[in-house]
Amino acid sequence: MQISPTLAADGPVRFYDDGDHHPQQGTLLGFWIYLMSDCLIFAVLFAVYAVLGRSYAAGPSGADLFNLPLVAANTALLLFSSVTYGLAMIGMQHGHKKAVLGWLAATGVLGAAFLGLEVFEFYHLIAEGAGPQRSAFLSSFFTLVGTHGLHVTFGMIWLVTLMVQVNKLGLTTENRRRLMCLSMFWHFLDVIWIGVFTFVYLMGVLP
Amino acid sequence: MFNDQNFSQLVFGRLGPDAIPYDPIVLATLAMMVLGGIALTSAMTYFRAWGPLWRNWITSIDHKKIGIMYIILGIVMLLRGFADALLMRAHQATAFAENPGFLPPHHYDQIFTAHGVLMIFFVAMPMVTGFMNFVVPLQIGARDVSFPFLNNLSFWMTASGAILMMVSLFVGEFATTGWLAYPPLSGILQSPGVGVDYYIWALQIAGVGTSLSGINLIATIIKMRAPGMTMMKMPIFTWTALCTNVLIVAAFPVLTAVLGLLTLDRTVGTNFFTNDLGGNAMMYVNLIWIWGHPEVYILILPAFGIFSEIVSTFSHKRLFGYASMVYATVVITILSYVVWLHHFFTMGSGASVNAFFGITTMIISIPTGAKIFNWLFTMYRGRIVFDVPMLWTVGFMVTFVIGGMTGVLLAIPAADFVLHNSLFLIAHFHNVIIGGVLFGMFAGINYWYPKAFGYKLDEFWGKCSFWLWLVGFYLAFMPLYVLGLMGVTRRMSHFDDMSLQFWFQLSAFGAALIALGIAAFLIQLGVSYRNRVQLRDVTGDPWNGRTLEWSTASPPPDYNFAFTPVVHELDAWHDMKQRGHQRPVQGFKPIHMPKNTPAGFIVSMLSAAVGFAVIWHMWLIASLAFIATLAFVILHTFNYKRDFYIAASQVEHTEDKRTALLLHAAANPVGQIEGKPTALVVA
Repeated sequence: MQISPTLAADGPVRFYDDGDHHPQQGTLLGFWIYLMSDCLIFAVLFAVYAVLGRSYAAGPSGADLFNLPLVAANTALLLFSSVTYGLAMIGMQHGHKKAVLGWLAATGVLGAAFLGLEVFEFYHLIAEGAGPQRSAFLSSFFTLVGTHGLHVTFGMIWLVTLMVQVNKLGLTTENRRRLMCLSMFWHFLDVIWIGVFTFVYLMGVLP
Repeated sequence: MFNDQNFSQLVFGRLGPDAIPYDPIVLATLAMMVLGGIALTSAMTYFRAWGPLWRNWITSIDHKKIGIMYIILGIVMLLRGFADALLMRAHQATAFAENPGFLPPHHYDQIFTAHGVLMIFFVAMPMVTGFMNFVVPLQIGARDVSFPFLNNLSFWMTASGAILMMVSLFVGEFATTGWLAYPPLSGILQSPGVGVDYYIWALQIAGVGTSLSGINLIATIIKMRAPGMTMMKMPIFTWTALCTNVLIVAAFPVLTAVLGLLTLDRTVGTNFFTNDLGGNAMMYVNLIWIWGHPEVYILILPAFGIFSEIVSTFSHKRLFGYASMVYATVVITILSYVVWLHHFFTMGSGASVNAFFGITTMIISIPTGAKIFNWLFTMYRGRIVFDVPMLWTVGFMVTFVIGGMTGVLLAIPAADFVLHNSLFLIAHFHNVIIGGVLFGMFAGINYWYPKAFGYKLDEFWGKCSFWLWLVGFYLAFMPLYVLGLMGVTRRMSHFDDMSLQFWFQLSAFGAALIALGIAAFLIQLGVSYRNRVQLRDVTGDPWNGRTLEWSTASPPPDYNFAFTPVVHELDAWHDMKQRGHQRPVQGFKPIHMPKNTPAGFIVSMLSAAVGFAVIWHMWLIASLAFIATLAFVILHTFNYKRDFYIAASQVEHTEDKRTALLLHAAANPVGQIEGKPTALVVA
């Protein structure tokens, strides 16, 4: 914006812009604010887990249930998916549509593998009789981890949609903006997962 | 694979013919609504209004129209919420000794729950959001909000929640739990019916709308201010709107999460808030008030902003202590997060915790008090004009101070142990919500109506409405303070002690006066529409205003400002008038605008369908509607053509018409409205 809004020493005061003023694009800011509001939903779920995480109701505890090697593999998958997404963004900066699509596909595969392992874990727990109804601890565990998983699922749907759009229309301004938003969303889910991994799984197996 | 029973359960869930409540009051209301609906539908068909309604309003992404629709939604819901209030007052005034009253207890419980939910979520919230939508872009010199489509979606999501509320009246039942639905009462064991589910889904769907609109307005205020408008040159209403939306974004996710947990408890069988298997019901109470307390400031801050604008305009002075007003608003915003526990001192958190929250609560009265003094000093030695908006403002200042002081009284934990859940509390929060929020909304409607529609509201009926409301309010709620001090608790549907009846009758009489006040307001709207030619304001600045919304035409053109204003001072429009600016009449350029779209309406109606199906456990329909919603959203993202340009010639045409009007008005200074000259300050 070139206009200096201060009272210019010379010339009359201008009260109207001559049409050059364009408001700034607010999408990235807006999306960031949305992420922070989503972060608060996770904050509530973490707080609930903090309150109820040891209310086993004479049922199994985290130490009895959690399969840390499996969760470590899961964590690695999600962290690597963030790396591949980052590579997709580098591809976008260089304007390489094919690289973007390739790395997005890799991100999608890693995300799907993450979800697959999570579903496997949940299925296993429920089959063992440690479903979300068993105790307040398991209610809050399933809800926190499940909400994260639902976010990843929606991220996957978004990712596929965006791949179709990039493929069809190329790296247009709108598509770049959307890729940026999904990038923030994906990394955000990574950060949340690190919290889940630490507070739920690692601290959960402590006696 | 399915036998008939299973299949019908899959499709209809728990919905059966017994879902219609055979209660004479409900049936009479249903009959009236059906008749009214048929009359409205046929009138609209007769006048061929459907097309324009669809094109100009339902699909509109214009922030002004969305703002107006929000306020209309609020007024319509006010009528229902107030009907509930009248039923309660009439019932409590008569249900003594042998007389059981005319409402069965189950129905009475639904009424007080619905009254609270409606008034907070579907009256106060839409009105506040409506004002922010309508006014903020105009005040900051913007052409629309940051995300116009999202704005339309937000409105229709709120409206979908309201639709579910209305459906609950006739299909099934509403919650009987009180407006915050505390478990274990709201759990599946104590409330197995659909009432709590209606409550949850109406609030969840409306809550999505509220959160999105909060994000939208924050981005708008941060990114779209006119050149030169630094943060400390923003109009005070915009400041309060900014703080309110920060509160919305920081509070509503908590509500979403806690209602989600309650849903899981009720439908999946988890144990968050249950009595057994490790659940903790008090966690719900903590969480919901972490949303709930900021919520009351979400409602009151914009009202404070409206009063600030009005006091300054009608005292013909700049606002006293602008900077302190801003800081007070910000301090209230922050403090509103550290007081939630004062809603349940009796929970037993111990003396130290209660003392902490008691003190933080009292501290909030300091910035609020600073605001009251700022308004008083603004009026001091001002040339005050007691138009209707100013009457509401003065009425607010007196009433709100009383409500604020009873609030400080309740903030003392020891006193709260006596007054908790008594009618004293009811009187207190009605004192601040009616005296603060509702008075603010009426002040705002009277103040900005000429901006929205181009003619002023009738003064006589406006004054009638104000006095009836004011006197009615005191008569309705002062007796409740007395009753509360005598130990009467809230939500009672029958009394044995005849000595209390007088106070309830007095209160019912006050409620009747308020009913007349609402009627006077509706008459005011009608009379003003009939006399709109005499009440017409062509200047766009009927009150000699100070902020940018008064610099453009009334009603403003689609693009708000042909040229974006450049701001040099606080009270930018006043500054422009003082320094004799010239309204540009040529050199117009094409203006970039967003296109209307039906997507927001469709997504919201699909969401309402999802909500309804889940409430009744119609899992098949719920899944289909959910997939349809998702598919439609994805489809919508493939629409890249979302904007267009208003041609320069069209802008010129619109602006030329205004120039002619202004010249005509300046040449014929008839601008006499009821003996008062209107300000004709525009060149």
